Amino acid sequence: MPADSIQARFRLDYPEFSLDVDLELPGRGVTALFGHSGSGKTTLLRLIAGLQRVREGYLRVNGEIWQDGQRFLPTHQRPLGYVFQEASLFPHLNARRNLEYGMKRAGNAMSSAALQQAVDLLGIGHLLDRRPHQLSGGERQRVAIARALALNPQLLLMDEPLAALDLKRKQEILPYLERLHDALEIPVLYVSHSPDEVARLADTVVLMEQGRVLASGRVAELFSRLDLSLAQDQDASAILEGVVLSHDDDDALTHLEIPGGRLTVTRLACDIHDPVRVRVHARDVSLALDEPGASSILNILPARILELREIENAQVLIKLCIGTGEKTPLLARITRYSRNRLGLHEGQPVFAQIKAVALMD
Amino acid sequence: MGFSNADLQAIGLTLRLASLVTLILLLIGTPIAWWLARTTSRWKGSVGAVVALPLVLPPSVIGFYLLIAMGPNGPVGQFTQSLGLGILPFTYWGLVVASVFYSMPFVVQPIQNAIEALGERPLEVAATLRAGPWDRFFTVVVPLARPGFLSAAILGFAHTVGEFGVVLMIGGNIPGVTRVVSVQIYDHVEAMEYAQAHWLAGSMVIFSFLVLLTLYTINPNQRRF
Amino acid sequence: MNTTRTTLAILMLTLASATALADEVKVAVAANFTAPMKAIAEAFTQDTGHTTEIAYGSTGKFYAQIKNGAPFQVLLAADDITPAKLDSEGMTVPDSRFTYAIGTLVLWSAKAGFIDDQATVLTSGDFNKLAIANPKLAPYGVAAMETLEKLGLTKIVEPKLVLGENIAQTLQFASTGAAELGFVALSQVIKDGKITEGSGWIVPAEMYQPIRQNAVILSAGKDNAAATALMDYLKGDKSREIILSYGYKI
Repeated sequence: MPADSIQARFRLDYPEFSLDVDLELPGRGVTALFGHSGSGKTTLLRLIAGLQRVREGYLRVNGEIWQDGQRFLPTHQRPLGYVFQEASLFPHLNARRNLEYGMKRAGNAMSSAALQQAVDLLGIGHLLDRRPHQLSGGERQRVAIARALALNPQLLLMDEPLAALDLKRKQEILPYLERLHDALEIPVLYVSHSPDEVARLADTVVLMEQGRVLASGRVAELFSRLDLSLAQDQDASAILEGVVLSHDDDDALTHLEIPGGRLTVTRLACDIHDPVRVRVHARDVSLALDEPGASSILNILPARILELREIENAQVLIKLCIGTGEKTPLLARITRYSRNRLGLHEGQPVFAQIKAVALMD
Repeated sequence: MGFSNADLQAIGLTLRLASLVTLILLLIGTPIAWWLARTTSRWKGSVGAVVALPLVLPPSVIGFYLLIAMGPNGPVGQFTQSLGLGILPFTYWGLVVASVFYSMPFVVQPIQNAIEALGERPLEVAATLRAGPWDRFFTVVVPLARPGFLSAAILGFAHTVGEFGVVLMIGGNIPGVTRVVSVQIYDHVEAMEYAQAHWLAGSMVIFSFLVLLTLYTINPNQRRF
Repeated sequence: MNTTRTTLAILMLTLASATALADEVKVAVAANFTAPMKAIAEAFTQDTGHTTEIAYGSTGKFYAQIKNGAPFQVLLAADDITPAKLDSEGMTVPDSRFTYAIGTLVLWSAKAGFIDDQATVLTSGDFNKLAIANPKLAPYGVAAMETLEKLGLTKIVEPKLVLGENIAQTLQFASTGAAELGFVALSQVIKDGKITEGSGWIVPAEMYQPIRQNAVILSAGKDNAAATALMDYLKGDKSREIILSYGYKI
């Protein structure tokens, strides 16, 4: 087992709720704990933070044991940062004092640098002298995130930090979170029930249901697994990761390279070779047996059918891979009628027509 | 006419008693309130009920049992005698102990309410920000529950000043030791010295009004007592 | 006149029982007279058919209540001052006042054998507290202070004094042992002519001014036959016997 990983094993049994997980999570990047409410994801996060305690628990973070049969490191001795769902700033302290509260106690020599980085990352420099009640919900949450970061933690835990915010506030914060994703070198555990947030922010997903881990893996892989609820959702989509290949300034387009093919999207404000992540909804992908001729659709990619699954409303979900390898999965949702008419089956080569590409980064 | 020397002595004694009792109550009552606000123990109900008893028991009952308990044959009396302290009835410290008991709910309940209203979250937040248990208490609970603590102190003080029945029963009406204002007023009334009684009684009314006014000003939602 | 009233009362009583016209009288009774009054009230009802409603408490408090309209019809005070005061204030039925009992002071302890017949414990100072009734309020307290003065102990004993608001509370201090000694009314600790519990020293009568306990009919009892009947009954042989058995003089 590598030293920079998180090993978590917890078991708890309440009459109305039980949890039984045994996980090894990467020691870097953002791992989403994803599931419906009541699936135990927040409980798991609290167990990892030490806010909740079970006797049967084992937790090892980057080589250090935080909990086992004998030891239980209390929360305040764990080098972590925690962002709660609702803004949880201390109302009796202004934003700056909120930030300093944890920093002082973390007693970290890096503090001032960590503070400056946190303030810059979240763009809260102009808010520091305000009291929490003078901040908007989104600003409060940004300060709360900065407060956790200023601790210079070895592990950042975030419990649905956007759930209590309306769409507008969410849009306001998401870019900051994405910056975090790129800037942080520590592992982040991010609890969410929103596929959109997970798609945008996470590298790894742990899918939870009724206190158990249903599946875990890379985002792209899990999103396209037809047996999981993610793919059967109305918003089911595939996550494609690629790099910027070139810009076409005349037509205001950008070409991306993804494993197994290329995508053309509207002009991005990125540099060549920048990594990008895009999301393609299953409902935006249609299939053709022959390469279509003249079409307004920009992206028509050769692909191969990997798997078909009938879902509700006489529809069929199809998992494809772009190109010939199996690296880049794509989802398509079509009617059962079309499937029968085209006689689609596993292993069949097809052309995938992508009507829209949602950019994540 | 004004206050006689005996009146002034009673006022001084009362203020000293109430201040000391308030201080002790904050020290003892806070951990009890903390425990009551946060425990899931099955003893919570029983302990809460015991603390609240003085709210419903007539002072004669409290005074009677305190007298017996603190007397030479009572458990408290046996204890204080074994420590070589003698017995508590008719002493200043006896009044202190009795006042601490009967003013307890007035201190515990506002603090308990404030801590309950605070909820678990701010403490969890502080814990994730590296604050240990005592640190959390003084830097989060105390400032956030301050109105509760203020109410508790004011109510504990005022109720100690206002108590009469229990003091009468265990105090023995000794000038400068146990003759507090309420007893002094009673003496004036009993001795038909109504003018003297009016001075002290009127002052008590004004004092109590000011106390409650202060309370409702700092904490407009406090309407429990 | 007394005989006439008694005759009248008996006549009325006969009438009353015959026509079921028995009255009720509301009585305020000094705390020290609680035990004998219970016995007397029972006999009174049995013999006359009148009923009583009795409040026991401190004379000072009764005075305040009567002045402020309390509906008491008869007052059995612990002193002679209060009835006289009410008389002069026109709150009574004139000429109804009389001494129903003379109180006896006793030094009492809940501990058996603690007090001998010389009360040496008082002079030795070997006790924790001495409870007396507040002399400002209660005649038994005044008598206690007079006794201490006579014994030349006032200065020595003063730091050990605790004051009961009335004689009942004084006894309570002593009987719980919180105060090892107490000057109380003999009526409180006597049963069938003897001090049955603890130990006591009956203070010689010459050591204090007689505690005259006077009774008076209050204005509210003016037209109440039962009030008059009770006053008469208190003077009768049956009452005297009871009163004496509780250590009072008459």
